[in-house]
Amino acid sequence: MAEITLQDIIKEENLVYKKSKVMTDNTLSYCPGCGHGTAHRLIAEVIEELGIQSETIGVSPVGCSVLMYNFLDIDMQQAAHGRAPAVATAIKRIMPEKYVFTYQGDGDLAAIGTAETIHACNRGENITIIFINNGIYGMTGGQMAPTTLEGMPASTCPFGRDIELMGNPLKMTELVANLAGVYSVSRHSVHTPRNVRKAKKAILQAFESQKLKRGVSFIEIVSNCNSGWKLTPRKANEWMEENMFPFYPLGDIKVDGQLVTK
Amino acid sequence: MAKIRGAVVVDVEGCKGCGVCIPACPSEVLDLAKEVNGKGYNYSFMKNPEACVGCANCAIVCPDGVISVYKVKVA
Repeated sequence: MAEITLQDIIKEENLVYKKSKVMTDNTLSYCPGCGHGTAHRLIAEVIEELGIQSETIGVSPVGCSVLMYNFLDIDMQQAAHGRAPAVATAIKRIMPEKYVFTYQGDGDLAAIGTAETIHACNRGENITIIFINNGIYGMTGGQMAPTTLEGMPASTCPFGRDIELMGNPLKMTELVANLAGVYSVSRHSVHTPRNVRKAKKAILQAFESQKLKRGVSFIEIVSNCNSGWKLTPRKANEWMEENMFPFYPLGDIKVDGQLVTK
Repeated sequence: MAKIRGAVVVDVEGCKGCGVCIPACPSEVLDLAKEVNGKGYNYSFMKNPEACVGCANCAIVCPDGVISVYKVKVA
């Protein structure tokens, strides 16, 4: 048997994975190791697989992912801080045949946009909401967000979040799961291959249920913010597993309009 | 038995050296280079190319999508 060289393997016909064509060639503006890039790529892959590149309209938030329209080659609208579900509602009502999704961080969706999120979910707007939760305001310098864990340091609470002084962290995903207009709710992460595959499946199902006009699909992705957490990318992922997942457990919360009982 | 050989191609200038791909690899193929790319990041490279099975785990966790994976069956 002749020895096979790398040149023999690296050929177009042997390709098993490359970046989705729905992603543009622009370099992502995120820090090394940030989960935003993986989440963007999953959305791009789902859009490519479903063949809905020209029928999808995304709504980007205020936060690190504000420039999302530079990275995805689809129609996008940038909403005012927290108002992405309201903008998505309008887009979906004017163009009901389009696939509409919002992509929001925790400072956007769980703080300033709480009212819009809850009412859009309660009305059962036929949209997909993708919620990236990293526990702090990453873009502005790591300030405490509603989702900051108890005892978790942030730049505005350097000694950790004190529940008596600063209140409790908000589980937005469990909150919206109780609303009647919401069809499916699940929580994922994108730090290991297994979790990435699960998250992609959830996004795929969300877009499919949008086609069937079933109501809001809400997907939370627990992500890291290694710059804000002052950790290396790999350490940040380990920290997330140890600290974020006990409070924000991964898995399905609402499936087919029914709450999952554990 | 057919053996599977894989290969990883990293876009060196796009890699930000986060290292998330390294623990994702089941056969410990990848590592960060001692050299840096144009942006000053220690990019990811195949330290042990013989062991690659082309599972694409590194590529699907890469936040910047700079990894392409190739796979071939060797008879």
